[in-house]
Amino acid sequence: MKLVIAVIQPDKVDEVREALFSAGITRITVSRVSGHGRQEDEEIYRGQSIAPTLIPKVRLEIACNDEFVEIACKAILKSAKHNSGKIGDGKIFVMPLEQCIRIRTEESGGKAI
Amino acid sequence: MNKKWMKTGLLFLWMILLPGSLWAAEGPAVDSGITAWMLTSTALVLLMVPGLALFYGGLVRTKNVLGTMMHSFGAMAVIGVLWVVCGYAFSFGPNALGGWIGWNPSLLFLNGIDNKIMNAGIPEYVFAMFQGKFAIITPALIAGAFAERVRFRAYCIFIALWSLLVYNPLCHWVWAKDGFLFNLGANGAIDFAGGTVVHISAGVTALVCAFYLGRRRGYPKTAMLPNNLVLTLLGAGLLWVGWFGFNAGSSVSSGLDTARALTVTQVAAAAGALSWMLIEAFKHKKATSLGVASGILAGLVAITPAAGVVKPIGAIALGFGASLICYFAIAVKNKLGYDDSLDVFGIHGIAGIFGAIFLSFFIRESWLHEAAALAGGSWTVFQQLGVQMIAVLVTILYTVSVSWVLVILVEKVFGFRIPVREEMAGLDQSLHGEHGYGLLNMN
Repeated sequence: MKLVIAVIQPDKVDEVREALFSAGITRITVSRVSGHGRQEDEEIYRGQSIAPTLIPKVRLEIACNDEFVEIACKAILKSAKHNSGKIGDGKIFVMPLEQCIRIRTEESGGKAI
Repeated sequence: MNKKWMKTGLLFLWMILLPGSLWAAEGPAVDSGITAWMLTSTALVLLMVPGLALFYGGLVRTKNVLGTMMHSFGAMAVIGVLWVVCGYAFSFGPNALGGWIGWNPSLLFLNGIDNKIMNAGIPEYVFAMFQGKFAIITPALIAGAFAERVRFRAYCIFIALWSLLVYNPLCHWVWAKDGFLFNLGANGAIDFAGGTVVHISAGVTALVCAFYLGRRRGYPKTAMLPNNLVLTLLGAGLLWVGWFGFNAGSSVSSGLDTARALTVTQVAAAAGALSWMLIEAFKHKKATSLGVASGILAGLVAITPAAGVVKPIGAIALGFGASLICYFAIAVKNKLGYDDSLDVFGIHGIAGIFGAIFLSFFIRESWLHEAAALAGGSWTVFQQLGVQMIAVLVTILYTVSVSWVLVILVEKVFGFRIPVREEMAGLDQSLHGEHGYGLLNMN
């Protein structure tokens, strides 16, 4: 089992979700986060362009069995890019997942995911 | 020495005051009581526009909150200028083009009313500004039907055209002294504060736009839940407060008629809210806050045309009835599957039509006596019902046909509907380059 964590741009949330859904991955956790990357996010505030210090992002967490890792990553890569890719589009982290337990049934391991 | 100075002083004072007193004698004098109330009403009606922005803003998804609120504020900007430039001249000038619209070139830029005091005892500036607020809120109401999926630029163009070609003629027909609905039947079609002009016209235009522009992406399969009902309740509260200016101000006086209008407005809003609460408590075992907000609006819309002619018991009946009928109208909409996103037709259209027609059964006797005297004999409730139905039908037919042409025109020429990708990213990001709830992120 693996845990796929993707940090993406907030305006791409819907597209990424749809791409994941159509790839058969429907169990995801989404949260709003902020952080620093290489991107200088420009916003217009009362007519002036400003670069805020911490940039809002969205973090997706997908726990999946090994064979789904590549599918999930491909779906995210396909849908999270602005045009053909811009600084700030985000990153994907894949890490090993030790255990997974479904609270309702107390099943554990791959079948609980 | 002292006396001489005093004499000179008095003479001087008299010389200063003379032109003023001569000039004031030209027309009716300013009635400071009425003027004070009309100034207050003007401000109250403007307060409804940010109220509407909050109401609608809370109902959409987080990514569209600013785009939706900008529809209301955009109307303040666009119509706020347009009304002064030519809207007032089109609405309240004397009949032109066979009574289709009013026209008086001296009202362009409100040029001709700089010194004018109306017979009601208020400067005409106050009346023009009061009416201007109605012109602002009406197109802003429509925006709820196509929330979350239109381009801001096209929206601004649409409301400008709509205001010129739909609102101004309707306003002229119903409220100008020589308008044909104002003079229909014995004592005119009853539309005290804008049931036909504001709510029916906005409601049916909303329906036309919702049909033509299509559903939001993913509707109705994807749940599109309100991002912040706290804003919505705040907005509904502000609308209720502002509505006292809307209705009680429409008496253009400060006396008995004003008191009557204010009372029935309060009663109908409360009755509408209570009615919706009971329906939900009965059907779902839970009274929702959005239900109460919707009931308040349904009651207020239904009493709008009726505020000058019904008594409190009629207001309770209209408020209760409006919530009941709107509740079922929205249930039907959900079955039919068209996407009037914030139920502009379901609330404003339906309650507006309901109020404009059913007010006939609750008219106070003195009004009917007056109408009978004007008709030279008798005037029954059913004759007035006929007049009301004609006014409603004329409004619906005219509004539907012109709005249909306008929405097609704006879509073809300027691109009304937003492209898919921008719709998914949200209006705030793609159209305005901002986001609504920055505080949720640490930056």
